[in-house]
Amino acid sequence: MQALKVVRPTTIAEAIEQLNEGGDGARPLAGGTDVIVIARARVRDIDVLVDVKQIPELTAIEWDPDSGLTIGAATPCYELYGNADVVQNYPAIIDSATLIGGTGIQGRASFGGNLCNSSPSGDTIPTQIVLEGVANIAGPNGERSVPVEDFCTGPGRNVLGQGEFVVSISFPAPDASGGARFLRFIPRNEMDIAVCNAASAVKLDGDTVRWARVSIGAVAPTPLLVQGAADALVGKPLTDETIEAAAEASKDAATPIDDMRGSIKQRKHLSAVLTRRTLQQAARRARGEDIPSVGGH
Amino acid sequence: MVATDKPAYRVIGSRPVRPDGADKVTGRARYGADVLLPGMLYGRVLRSPHAHARIVRIDTSKAEALDGVRAVASWDDLPPKNWDELPNLGEGAAETRWMARNVFASDKALYKGHAIAAVCATDPHIAEDALGLIEVEYEVLPPLLDVREAMDPNAPLLHDDLYTTDLSGGGTSDEPTNIGKHLEFRSGDIEAGFEEADIVVDREFETSMAHQGYLEPHNGTAMWSEDGELTVWNSSQGPFVVREQLHMLLDLPLSKVKVVPMEIGGGFGGKIPVYMEPMAAILSKKTGRPVKMIMTRQEVLEATGPTSGTWVRAKIGATNDGRIVAAEIELAFEAGAFPGSPFSAGALCALGPYDIENQRVEGWDVCVNKPKVAAYRAPGAPATAFAVESVLDELAELLERDPIDLRLQNAAREGTRLSDGTPLPVVGNIEVMERVQGSEHYRSELQGENRGRGVAMGYWRNGGMETSAHAAINQDGTINLVVGTVDIGGLRATHSMQLAEALGLEYDDIRPQVVDTSAVGRSSVTGGSRSTFAAGWAMHELAQDLRTQLEARAAQIWGVERDEVSYGDDAVVRGPEAEDGSERSVSFKELAGQLYGSGGMIQARADVSPTTVGPAYAGHVVDVEVDPETGKVDILRYTAVQDVGKAIHPSYVEGQLQGGALQGIGMALTEEYFYDDDGVMRNSSLLDYRMPTALDTPMIDAVLVEVANPGHPYGVRGVGEVPIVPPLAAITNAIHAATGVRMQKLPASPRAVLNELLSEET
Repeated sequence: MQALKVVRPTTIAEAIEQLNEGGDGARPLAGGTDVIVIARARVRDIDVLVDVKQIPELTAIEWDPDSGLTIGAATPCYELYGNADVVQNYPAIIDSATLIGGTGIQGRASFGGNLCNSSPSGDTIPTQIVLEGVANIAGPNGERSVPVEDFCTGPGRNVLGQGEFVVSISFPAPDASGGARFLRFIPRNEMDIAVCNAASAVKLDGDTVRWARVSIGAVAPTPLLVQGAADALVGKPLTDETIEAAAEASKDAATPIDDMRGSIKQRKHLSAVLTRRTLQQAARRARGEDIPSVGGH
Repeated sequence: MVATDKPAYRVIGSRPVRPDGADKVTGRARYGADVLLPGMLYGRVLRSPHAHARIVRIDTSKAEALDGVRAVASWDDLPPKNWDELPNLGEGAAETRWMARNVFASDKALYKGHAIAAVCATDPHIAEDALGLIEVEYEVLPPLLDVREAMDPNAPLLHDDLYTTDLSGGGTSDEPTNIGKHLEFRSGDIEAGFEEADIVVDREFETSMAHQGYLEPHNGTAMWSEDGELTVWNSSQGPFVVREQLHMLLDLPLSKVKVVPMEIGGGFGGKIPVYMEPMAAILSKKTGRPVKMIMTRQEVLEATGPTSGTWVRAKIGATNDGRIVAAEIELAFEAGAFPGSPFSAGALCALGPYDIENQRVEGWDVCVNKPKVAAYRAPGAPATAFAVESVLDELAELLERDPIDLRLQNAAREGTRLSDGTPLPVVGNIEVMERVQGSEHYRSELQGENRGRGVAMGYWRNGGMETSAHAAINQDGTINLVVGTVDIGGLRATHSMQLAEALGLEYDDIRPQVVDTSAVGRSSVTGGSRSTFAAGWAMHELAQDLRTQLEARAAQIWGVERDEVSYGDDAVVRGPEAEDGSERSVSFKELAGQLYGSGGMIQARADVSPTTVGPAYAGHVVDVEVDPETGKVDILRYTAVQDVGKAIHPSYVEGQLQGGALQGIGMALTEEYFYDDDGVMRNSSLLDYRMPTALDTPMIDAVLVEVANPGHPYGVRGVGEVPIVPPLAAITNAIHAATGVRMQKLPASPRAVLNELLSEET
């Protein structure tokens, strides 16, 4: 690790200035569970960390039954699963928040940090995508909002420009007929990185799918919103056949690589398996069934 | 001395708190990383990015010019010396020549991570910055990564001065080769044996390189003083062996080197060789200041000594009534960049649990462009047991026999000759098999889809080696016990317990300490499942010595003949009745208080090298569930049965069984050295080098069978190593029972299992 400087702004304006001044060597610091590892391994040349956790908006959780949920980008996972409104209304967020790292990491790791790290295997990103998350960005040229599915542009790359950072992520209010689920596949039972992950969200009219979103991760340069999976479902009854069609769409959409974490064949296969499993469990949640977040596949 | 002939023990078999426990759980215990000395410099290592490359040029001038950098060292800084001297490293002698070339690459880098140069600076960040300023010109060569390709006579050579040594009396090869050693064991008539067989199963198996995975990285701090004395503080399995290696590598008189053992955070065989200690010593000599070096996790994985990746062929023939009549085993082990894999132990252990008349075992020790392997818990045995126990499982299935029944029918027992011809002493092989068969786990019905049960056996020979100790009686009736054997897994406790037992004292009366190489006689490493075994002999000798001296002192105080006084097992010294008819007796504690002033304090010493080692057998039962859609294997239930001879501290013995099983589970399911075509390990972090976590296994039931070792005062057998031998096959046998698929290449990762399941479908 090279010697570096840490600054702690208390306002958004101050943070923008410090990031802008720092140029390429400046990075925002939220929980630090990725950026400190990156700095230590000298994967990137980092000489200033801008700790954004002293800015009130970055750790706030705001819930309104009409307008939905906004979470500060640096809000740690444990604040999310410790918040009754989030637990009640967004079980898929809890799925992601409870399986990232162990308890210690969950005290630090945040959804904003996970999104900005922009790893293809980020375990919150498919959830954010299917819940129609929007990243609220501040920067030298003012504020802008980007849907999460458009945020990542490649492994470790995203739409943020010089001096920009994510302030918060907003999600629309959930639908009474809706349900969502996130699952990942890892070789161990904990402390691991996804070989493939997936989230599905559905809204049902009786047995018919009124609306659906499916997202898969670790199978392409960025987490994917699989439009073909939604197309295979919307307007149709939720049956083994339509679920299988959606699963096949995910498999077709996946363009994984062979690496030490998984093979192409394995990841394409898992894209289908996890799409099927998340859809089945999202539908059960939509029907009011309580499916605990922790407890595997 | 047979333990079962003795009365029940008072201290042995109890479960006291370890003397080092409080300091370890509160963080006060001092490990290698805790060494802080005034003026200390920090060293870092530049490592080869290539698996195989000629080093054309090294230019360190820019690094040396960096502010804060104090010295740079490389191959040329190692003194020239006679490389033919061999140090005895306890677990396999390593030729110093190869050892030196592993400390620093000489003319070639032989694996990714091979040390090229070391830098020391006033802080570790500067040292790290300096690494980027060292210019190295490489001529990249194609890497040899496959053990069987490396054996091909036409394969490119790693070394132009390596010749095959035939351990079976065949001399040395005429031409240089990648094969360091070769051996063959033969007994009976192998052809006639297979002729007699009604059924023969012949399969090939592969395992990946796997790391011991100790939590604490390698470390070393060196101070080379102005008068030429070298002191090294580090965490190792044996300070004396570290001293010997430094003596050889640095061409220093043995007595000029002092090694101070710090507490150790796991070794499993991997903390016997030195890596950075000689670098730190050279850098200290150059700067006149202490130099501290600690590896990163990536360095630990890429550049220390994992166990061999292996190829093993097992061909076993049986008659229809289940008699195994012939076995032929061939094995090729990756040694890494330098010769010295555990292939001979793997060869010896392959058929250890069985009595087979006709057999042939042939093995090769082969260099490839990977890190030089080191000892890892029962080195070599897990891989060969994996092959043999898998084939036996298949034979049992074909013969429609209970897998334990088949093994019992062919079980080795006292007098059975091992593959190298040595007869077994008293062993608990059959007792272990029977305990497995009679266990509630084995007898229970396994219900549910995609589930299966597997069993496997394992054998390990265990070790003896040297232990030195001394004991001094304090005035308050306690004993300062001084040993040179590093405490891994509770050795302070097991030394104290055996000495307390031998003297009739309480556990708390013994105050053990592990000292440096200047303060006690040479002791071997903590390894080879030898330490508690050898400790028993040493403590027994110490106790006899102390008893004799105490009897003499009491006789002197009482003014009676020496042979009229005796030390009882209740720690009371008794003499003849006094003239007035009163009883002459004094307790150990009372007598201790009278030593000072009656002729001085009393000490005893023991130097032992026991050879009456008791071999160990283990049998494991495991239930798994395999997710047919993902290939993931979940362990539902695990029972480890083992003959331990006598458990001195049962909790620590159970911990050894559980730890060994857990490491075996890792080898079976998730742990591997994942190389790309260029010979770069792609998973050199604990995120991607997957050791099982606590959530990946249920509680492992440890069942202790006690068939006393007649060659030990308390019946002890080594316990640490054999529990890693059965898990590989036990798990793959269970996977087969659950899915019908036989995993012949490990690890049986979800990727590998899924691949097999998907190929079955099509």
